[in-house]
Amino acid sequence: MSKAILARKVGMTQIFDERGHAVPVTVLEAGPCYVTQVKSVATDGYNSIQVALVAFKEQKEQRVNRPLRGHFKRAGVKPCRWLREFKVDDPSAYEPGHELRADIFSPGDYVDVSAISKGKGFAGTVKRLGFGRGPTSHGSHYHRGPGSLGAVDPARVFKGRPLPGRMGGRRRTVQNLRVMQADGEKNILVVKGSVPGPRGGLVEVRETKKRKV
Amino acid sequence: MDLIKEVEKQYLKEDIPPFGPGDTVRVHVKVVEGSRERIQVFEGVVLRRQGRGLRETFTVRRVTYGVGVERVFPLHAPSISKIEVVKRGRVRRARLYYLRRRVGRAARIREIR
Repeated sequence: MSKAILARKVGMTQIFDERGHAVPVTVLEAGPCYVTQVKSVATDGYNSIQVALVAFKEQKEQRVNRPLRGHFKRAGVKPCRWLREFKVDDPSAYEPGHELRADIFSPGDYVDVSAISKGKGFAGTVKRLGFGRGPTSHGSHYHRGPGSLGAVDPARVFKGRPLPGRMGGRRRTVQNLRVMQADGEKNILVVKGSVPGPRGGLVEVRETKKRKV
Repeated sequence: MDLIKEVEKQYLKEDIPPFGPGDTVRVHVKVVEGSRERIQVFEGVVLRRQGRGLRETFTVRRVTYGVGVERVFPLHAPSISKIEVVKRGRVRRARLYYLRRRVGRAARIREIR
């Protein structure tokens, strides 16, 4: 757990691997990011956790409020739209202003990708929880309902009962995605498989927590 | 979208001859058998081209021993070593699905020269 970068989801396509097979990939515009603050046990009391704050997308000139403007100024970084914290093993390897580019990863690495998933609104149990559905016809009036809510004796519905509700729009992490390409100059990071969130959304890319053997 | 093109660019083939629906083509496909690799040729009429960029595919139809066989090839796949245009056909639509219902002489396509 030490390498991490912020990225923008560009979209999906496919590429051909060494064996000539088509592989579905997500293209990310990763970095350049700048470290704005380094936290360590000594200064911030994070048990054994060390954190580097990384910023992405310089611009947004005076849209940044004054306390943050000062924060960026101290780090010697242009004001950015997004700030995120990542845990790192060794904070002394970083200092404010340190630049992170897509080439901190190399093809063959595995990464975890976190982002806010697309909001689906108020969704029923079939879509949201994978419930089975009822027959469409033959006199059936039971189509996509949630089914029984439980026994009658408790005279109430137990907490946690799977029911319809808001779906999506939550932070989700996809683990163990293989890095297919990493270009620090063009800021391109290509990752195998899909990534949560809409195109253009902010995405956090971290070195994977669970190593694929 | 720009960055997607940037990624796809590295894989795009540049030596693809212009061809379209109605043309008769010979597709040279690399086939891996165990450790050996050989080239198989599939000849037939192009029914359609579909998709854009690296994801473009085309469908080739041929009738062998009375059985119609259709294969869909990814245009830019490395397993396709060569595409030869044998005949250029004159057709009036982009998707030639009507050929599936036709056999023998009715399935002919006029040639352009």
